[in-house]
Amino acid sequence: MYIYNNFDEAFVRNRVAEFRDQVQRRIDGSLTEDEFKPLRLKNGLYLQLHAYMLRVAIPYGTLNSAQMRQLALIAERFDKGYGHFTTRQNIQFNWPRLKDVPEILDLLADVGMHAIQTSGNCIRNVTADHFAGAAADEIEDPRPTAELLRQWSTDHPEFQYLPRKFKIAITGSPNDRAVTKAHDIGLRMLRNEAGEPGYEVIVGGGLGRTPMVGKIVRAFLPKADLLPYLEAILQVYNVSGRRDNKYKARIKILVHETGLDEIKEQIEAAFERQKRDFAGPSADLVAEIEAAFAPPVFDNARSLAFEQAQADDAGFRAFVETNVAEHKNPAYGIVSVSLKPVGGTPGDATADQMRVLADLAERYGHDELRISHEQNVILPHVRKADIPALHQQLREAGLATANIGLVSDIIACPGMDYCALATARSIPVAQEISRRFDELKLERDIGPLKIKISGCINACGHHHVGHIGILGLDKAGRENYQITLGGDGTESAAIGERTGPGFDAEDLVPAIETIIETYLELREDASETFLAAYRRLGAEPFKQAIHGDRGGRARAA
Amino acid sequence: MAREYKPRVVTANDLFEGDTVYFTASQSWSRDHAEAIVAWSQDAAETLLAAAETQQDKVVGPYLAETVMDEHNRPQPVHFREVFRTRGPSNYFHGKQAGA
Ligand code: SF4
Repeated sequence: MYIYNNFDEAFVRNRVAEFRDQVQRRIDGSLTEDEFKPLRLKNGLYLQLHAYMLRVAIPYGTLNSAQMRQLALIAERFDKGYGHFTTRQNIQFNWPRLKDVPEILDLLADVGMHAIQTSGNCIRNVTADHFAGAAADEIEDPRPTAELLRQWSTDHPEFQYLPRKFKIAITGSPNDRAVTKAHDIGLRMLRNEAGEPGYEVIVGGGLGRTPMVGKIVRAFLPKADLLPYLEAILQVYNVSGRRDNKYKARIKILVHETGLDEIKEQIEAAFERQKRDFAGPSADLVAEIEAAFAPPVFDNARSLAFEQAQADDAGFRAFVETNVAEHKNPAYGIVSVSLKPVGGTPGDATADQMRVLADLAERYGHDELRISHEQNVILPHVRKADIPALHQQLREAGLATANIGLVSDIIACPGMDYCALATARSIPVAQEISRRFDELKLERDIGPLKIKISGCINACGHHHVGHIGILGLDKAGRENYQITLGGDGTESAAIGERTGPGFDAEDLVPAIETIIETYLELREDASETFLAAYRRLGAEPFKQAIHGDRGGRARAA
Repeated sequence: MAREYKPRVVTANDLFEGDTVYFTASQSWSRDHAEAIVAWSQDAAETLLAAAETQQDKVVGPYLAETVMDEHNRPQPVHFREVFRTRGPSNYFHGKQAGA
């Protein structure tokens, strides 16, 4: 993986020293909160409902075991023994004390990590497909590009004061696992007719108050043109983005208001100018970064241990079915470790679990770990022959939940259990749904289904692109939940449709159950997924089911 | 027409720990909502908030939050957000409810 060079190292250390001084000056009273707040946010430090929260970037979701162990150490020493993995491939520590934060940042810097650009109107942590470098369907590992973007955007003078925050996601596969259409810029790798790799460039996607599916501004961009092209997009945005209104400042609004054709023209014109001054990064730099992401040396020895274990052990077979994905090397598998045990908090891992994961990555996984935007941990390169032993050890650590992509693999933002912006809680909703469907023992029968929950309109829980989306609101002093259906975060992206009035907390899970029962009744057969059935049937039968009877109407507020 | 005034307390987050605190009659900060001083009028609320705002070296972001008195005549939170702030998260027994 990419190792910080001297420049990165010095930059991060300087920032830590600078922040240590700023914290000291805040504590001794020489900085007011108005002066300090923008400084702490630049270093990923938020103030939440019950405590400070430190958000640490995990660039393109990639970690090694030493980094994971360091996160465990921080969780233990400065938090309450756990960390929370977010939908932005960050980890959040929920309980640091102000005076300890510089020390935490130093510990992070020791393993080449930081909390820079996890906040503010800059280019945020670039997210990537969590199967990057491993997926069977991949054209190229997108992480060298993501790293190039990180280096290019970090402290880029022109892009520190954008009209609003700016998020870029990238996938190296035609199958989009990185929700690229819900980002300010999404990059999806594909090949042109000549077979050369390049990017489909998508602009103006985003969730939040005004959810929009990103629009394609360039169907095929040669790889070499990427940086000048992105600079062109950002220039257009920097000049024309709406700085007058926070709610209209994201690039999605600019694209929407300007119109796709006009925005394309502006970008292409800026690109022509840009290309003259800046042809892109040097070939040496690109080669250096690509070398840093060279795949591990795979061991192709054949073995039937994997097949044998599936024949012998139904539990293992179930695990393989949901949690093991196809690797580009047929002797290997990609193992997803679910952080969604029954009744658990989505995305939370204890310090002990982090250490187990670090150990297992070292022993079986070429020392690589990934964090997915779906709040799970991935061991991207595991020899199939080792997966039975890995599974056994995950089981012992309480990490073998076999539910990836199923009803209980829920995305939930921290909501009003932690977040100062929340309008309602989301974690207890996720916990209740997962407990309920565990009782019903229907999970496998239901099949692939993505439930996503946000605790406010900011949509960190991606509810708009959940097959079933849940949005928590404050309705006259009560927690109330809106349900959307039919959202999709993949290459066939769609924004979910509202089903009507919301539900109070006690009526919400029964309504979700009714929706799923309706699907089970109406699907053509078990091979028709929830999303496919919804697309065939439309919203009506589901709305009828939850709101149709008078009882339902009386319950819904 | 002026809206009916509802009694309020001043609450904020502690600068050092980040946890919730409440402004008291002695112009200091308590971690216990029941010890908060109650502003019974709009004027009193404004005065109280202004006094709290001078204590930037101790707290962050003071604001007014609605309150009601319990049977022992102690102020209690009204909105669910404020109730959660007196307790801590619901997924773990952490924060104020754990006495930490
Ligand atoms: S969606 Fe809202 S409640 Fe949830 S983490 Fe984001 S800002 Fe907080």
